[in-house]
Amino acid sequence: MGAQVTAVTAPVDYLLHLADNALILGQRNAEWCGHGPVLEEDIALSNNSLDLIGQARLLYQHAATLIGKGATEDTLAYFRDVPDFRNYTLCELPHLPLMSATAQGDRDFATTIARNFLYSALMVLAWEQLQSSKDEQLAAIAAKSLKEARYHLRHSRDWLVRLGDGTDESHARMQAAIDALLPYTREFWVASAHEQAAQANGSGVDVTALQPDWNAIVDAALAEATLKRPADSAFVPTGKQGIHSEHLGFVLAEMQSLARQHPGANW
Amino acid sequence: MTTTLTRAEQAWQLLEGLSDPEIPVITLRELGILRAVREGADGLEVVITPTYSGCPAMGQIEDDVKATLAAAGLQARVVTQLAPAWTTDWMTEAAREKLRAYGIAPPHACASEPPGGASVVKFAARSAKADVVHCPQCGSANTTETSHFGSTACKALYRCLDCMEPFDYFKPY
Repeated sequence: MGAQVTAVTAPVDYLLHLADNALILGQRNAEWCGHGPVLEEDIALSNNSLDLIGQARLLYQHAATLIGKGATEDTLAYFRDVPDFRNYTLCELPHLPLMSATAQGDRDFATTIARNFLYSALMVLAWEQLQSSKDEQLAAIAAKSLKEARYHLRHSRDWLVRLGDGTDESHARMQAAIDALLPYTREFWVASAHEQAAQANGSGVDVTALQPDWNAIVDAALAEATLKRPADSAFVPTGKQGIHSEHLGFVLAEMQSLARQHPGANW
Repeated sequence: MTTTLTRAEQAWQLLEGLSDPEIPVITLRELGILRAVREGADGLEVVITPTYSGCPAMGQIEDDVKATLAAAGLQARVVTQLAPAWTTDWMTEAAREKLRAYGIAPPHACASEPPGGASVVKFAARSAKADVVHCPQCGSANTTETSHFGSTACKALYRCLDCMEPFDYFKPY
């Protein structure tokens, strides 16, 4: 591909953090393919996945160029294990509110929407800043990804409001999803070593500084959706440092099994 | 005046007519995907830019470019360039007209949305929507968005409330 090694490059772990977020959330959203509550949402979530996996590919290709030694987008996506993944824990959770009794089956649409909303609200802000990354390739990827993140935010925010300010049932389930997932966003605001390194060399964004703007987006949407923001908890997830929930292993097992059984397979 | 074309010019002429695999009525050049043909260090280079990050047509487009040139005895490397990021604003007026005639409402100019400034689809009555999308069949402005996402990553699904036809809208990107 056209990736070029520029004067300033982002730390590989930072690129993997951004790529893994997109890939794992893309994989999760793709689980709705063929199971959407209505046809339009089946298509919407599949399109959302396509964008996220596309972003992940661009980032992996860039990281692979920097790593060299035969690394490719495929080796990075399919031949790394749980501790090597740098995604937010939020992205790997299953589609049901873990602490709620309202989930039905193993896919709760409200959870999917809440997660996409919380994540895309962050990425709209992060990609916007990353457009001026000193890593030129990352800046180019950010400019593309921003357009897609804006659309994902529009889609998820729309459903958040419709379901939150909907029926008693949809309101209760949307609230349960927000209550379950919002604590996981605390990981956004504690910079990891690779985020600090990226910020230090001008390739990354100071994600902690995005918190006030993110709060404004989230609070406005929750208010419109007649939902309550749960109180902050002390728990801070550590997915981006490679210490994950028990769920990521299952995601990887499904996602990587074909590539591992047939290394180098092409179609 | 000489009519002898350079290799790059010849390749450009061949590629100019190449249509998009998903929307065959418009060409890759009209869409803004085909950016340049140039002589690189290792021979001819064709520069393309992806539309959506995950657009599955990009592989097909690369193959089509190579096949078109190979048929004329030219070999080229396809280079994917991300910056400047593709935008529907690059679409020519002629291409917009072709899209309309084909039944796809062409994209509005890109207004960069403020973060979080999303509007809500009318499922129940909510805030007013900003952009009016005209029906490509009857021209009516009385249309409604039925889904943010359509048959491909670049389109949304609309419905005309006058002629009742569903149609695709090419999303501004």
